Amino acid sequence: MTKDLFSRPVQRRTMLKAGLAIGAIQVASPFVISALADEPLRIGVDEPLTGTYAAVGKNEVLGCQLAVDELNAKNGILGRKIEMLSEDSTSGDAGTAVQKARKLIERDNVNFLVGNVNSALSQAMAQVSNEKGILHVVPGGHTDPITGTDCKWNVFRVCNTTRMEANAVSDLLFKTYGKRWHFITPDYAFGHTLFQGCEADLKKLGGTVTGNELTPLGTTDFSAYLIKARTANPDVLVVLVQGNDMVNCLKQISQFGIDKQIHVAGTQQELESVEAMPPEARVGVWMFEWYWKQAAGTPGLDQFIAEVRKRTGGKVPTARNWFGYVTVHSYALACEKAKTIDAKKVAAALGDMELPPEIKLQPNKVYFRAGDHQLMLSAFIGELLNQGDGDPENLFKVNSIVAGDSIAPSVEETGCKMQMPA
Amino acid sequence: MLELIFFNVTNGLIVGAFYALMAIGLSLILNLSGVINFAHGGFLVIGGYLAYALTPYLGFWGALLVSPFLTALIGFVIERLLIRRLYGRDPLYSLLLTFGLAFIIEDGTRQIWGANGLPVSVPETLMTSLSSKFFFITGYRMFMVATVAVVVGLLFVLLRYTRIGIRIRAGTLDLETVAALGVNVRALRSLNFAVGIFLAGLAGVLAGGQLGLEPTMGDNLLMPSFIAIIVGGVGSLTGTLIGGLLIGVASGLTAVFFPSASEAVIYVLMAVVLLIRPRGLLGEEGMLT
Amino acid sequence: MTAEQRKHLSVLAAIWAALIFAPYWMPLFGGYTALGSRVLVLGLGAMAVNVLLGFTGVLSFGHAAWFGLGAYACGLTLKFLAASTPLGLLAGTLVGGIAGAILGILLVRRRGIYFAMVTIAFGQVFYYIAFQWQSVTGGDDGLRGFERQPLDFKLFQIDLLHNDLYFYYFVLICFAVAIGLMALILRSPFGHTMIAIRENERRARFLGIPVELHIWIAFTLSCFFMAFAGALYALLNNFADPRMLHYSLSGDFVIMAVMGGMRRFWGPLLGAIVFVVLQDYLSSVTVNWMSFIGILIVFIVLFFPRGILGLARRRSTA
Repeated sequence: MTKDLFSRPVQRRTMLKAGLAIGAIQVASPFVISALADEPLRIGVDEPLTGTYAAVGKNEVLGCQLAVDELNAKNGILGRKIEMLSEDSTSGDAGTAVQKARKLIERDNVNFLVGNVNSALSQAMAQVSNEKGILHVVPGGHTDPITGTDCKWNVFRVCNTTRMEANAVSDLLFKTYGKRWHFITPDYAFGHTLFQGCEADLKKLGGTVTGNELTPLGTTDFSAYLIKARTANPDVLVVLVQGNDMVNCLKQISQFGIDKQIHVAGTQQELESVEAMPPEARVGVWMFEWYWKQAAGTPGLDQFIAEVRKRTGGKVPTARNWFGYVTVHSYALACEKAKTIDAKKVAAALGDMELPPEIKLQPNKVYFRAGDHQLMLSAFIGELLNQGDGDPENLFKVNSIVAGDSIAPSVEETGCKMQMPA
Repeated sequence: MLELIFFNVTNGLIVGAFYALMAIGLSLILNLSGVINFAHGGFLVIGGYLAYALTPYLGFWGALLVSPFLTALIGFVIERLLIRRLYGRDPLYSLLLTFGLAFIIEDGTRQIWGANGLPVSVPETLMTSLSSKFFFITGYRMFMVATVAVVVGLLFVLLRYTRIGIRIRAGTLDLETVAALGVNVRALRSLNFAVGIFLAGLAGVLAGGQLGLEPTMGDNLLMPSFIAIIVGGVGSLTGTLIGGLLIGVASGLTAVFFPSASEAVIYVLMAVVLLIRPRGLLGEEGMLT
Repeated sequence: MTAEQRKHLSVLAAIWAALIFAPYWMPLFGGYTALGSRVLVLGLGAMAVNVLLGFTGVLSFGHAAWFGLGAYACGLTLKFLAASTPLGLLAGTLVGGIAGAILGILLVRRRGIYFAMVTIAFGQVFYYIAFQWQSVTGGDDGLRGFERQPLDFKLFQIDLLHNDLYFYYFVLICFAVAIGLMALILRSPFGHTMIAIRENERRARFLGIPVELHIWIAFTLSCFFMAFAGALYALLNNFADPRMLHYSLSGDFVIMAVMGGMRRFWGPLLGAIVFVVLQDYLSSVTVNWMSFIGILIVFIVLFFPRGILGLARRRSTA
């Protein structure tokens, strides 16, 4: 392991100076073997901090940092302190994300790579981490191939897959609202996959698709599509667009009064988007990958909420915070279980690993599936509240929490043929 | 089908009116000063966020009134300090300067107000639809179109009948002569720039009510504005107005038949216009070659 | 050899020494080999834009289109046709260059803002195609599943994939070949004609120079170089995605050229070094790196329009 003593003339925001000092002393010390064990472990976080994905990226990084601080307050990992290095992958082309990943791995010698939010950037980074044999967890990139056709021995994913999202609400919508569904789908890979999943589920249940409006990414005006949807007169209007597009779509849906005539629903919803909506736009049945307001007595939940509030100036935690939190804690637990930081052994330990209550922060069993390295996280299904229920911070009423492995496709169905190294 | 088309054309006009507002501001600045203002989207964002900051004190209507003027003031200051030095130089430089400004504005708004989108509440009175059949013509959108119509109308009156307006129009055609006639060209340019930015700020406030606020929201609106100018004709404000409406309608119509192409179609439209009639629909030959 | 020539040669030698030994002195300043490769590739792109901008006086703000086309063509070749790095490079260069040549015919009658806008338009059209044509390009997820293949010289192989150092030298050799060609062209009579057109187009026309033809040739050449850079970029990242076609990347290239000095041959490379290194360094240190870069751009445009090298020249002739 090369040591770059002269390579960091300025401070990084998250650097523990102690680590550097200890490192410098180690090289001079004759007792190399024992000295190495006290070297800090490095976690490299390559997430978007600017651009379109800045809001969710920063929340994931916050979750990671919280976990790192918690671990360092106790014993670190295997007795070693953790140093978290954070880089901005930006929301632009994959080149920058790949660049930062290489920087973290080659120059900064990280032991563990975290990233990204965007599906393309996650996959580009996964190629780098695989090339270098570094353990890599994707906290927030949803595209199926990451734990499907492109699965890799060193890559794990925390957030759910597009297929899981589609499966989560289909049953409920069909039984409660009806069999004729109209879709508003974002016109790119993620959207198409999501639609295909929903369509397949709907067909299996015996329903019909009255139409599928493909909207270009970045559409701000959905009137044309809503006009068509209204004309088709479906039972359910399924809104698959995400992020800003979804915010605008829902606003227009409520402005046009469409939610009064047709049931509105969608697959995945994010608190970051909900917070950007005016109250009247908070309509429909949705699924969150994690939600903060749960039954009293869920272990660890209150502390998590309190800690996040401290770090965000009073805001409640979002699923993205939780993703980052789980990512780092899972790595720590896997290292402890394998008793080493060797990537191959940690990867083996992480497969099938179940999250303890104070990390999973929800009722069902949450674990990483060995076959595809996908976390079986629960789906929080419920309705958005536009009036609130007495608690002004609560914007979503959770009706049921469905276990992840009941909505996930089987490993064969994902197309993942995992090859663990010898 | 016919009804669908009719709805979409109407809707396209509403959207197009908004594009036209942005494009006219951009066109004003381009025509008189030869500056390609890549930061126009940034000023839109500033307008929207300023209105958001002012609403608790002035209410929706107060913020709507005040914010564009404040934004115009900021634009005025920037023109004086920075852009003024680039007149007479290759348009490349003003393009790059405003490109850099756009970076600063995006980062600044993210720093002050956070990366997350902000909801903007619109008064109750504007929230109803015209009718259940024409549900997509909400009170707010009609208000938007009305505002655009009034402001653009005022602008045209200003340009036609006031002395300043005439000077601006003359300056667009031949700035040297106007200067030789004793007009204070520097002040004229600053004022013109401020008017253009006023329009951008207003567009920002209107967009905020419609779309909510977010630091990168200016980007999506910048390109259609450029295209409206090219399609409508460089040098002609009426042309720009028509250009904006045209691309709104084109986009709406395409959404009926080929929804995935509804954004790409405006680029194709621009490419076609440029190759066949490069001065645009109402432009004058040789305006910007 | 005159003193002038001696000085010129020693500057050249210094530049090449710095480039050749980069992997060794960069880590001393917090650099790493992959950063050097990135600087070379983007620098080549900036120099390609500059053939048009600095030497012919034509502003293209959509040149990322050819860059991205080169990247996709290289990636698609490696993924579907043949696992050969040189073939990927060749395919990328040809596809981007020929597309540029064809579209160039339509563009050359326009100038100024029109030209810039049409180039942006075409760039965005390619962007949408890359986005929508998912089955081929992977859409928004990007084109992946290819990687740089080892160079097979029958007697021995050079592993470009896992060995960053070898890849850096590979890029350096490609870079050297490309700019060697570029220098030859710019120093030829053709190159001088381009400069004449830049200085005064009307006069050039009066002299009987077929201006449109020359601009078309310059445009095509710059597209070929740009596509070559794009193909290298695909190899660098083992990835291609639609944002490599977006006009914001075009803007970056222009900024690099202007920052370094668009009237000088090596200017854009210097601009690329400053821009890439600064962005890499600043974005690690602060979330507000965009403001710093924006301020730098404003500063350069206002006070150093001739770029860094322009400043150096003024000093030396003063």
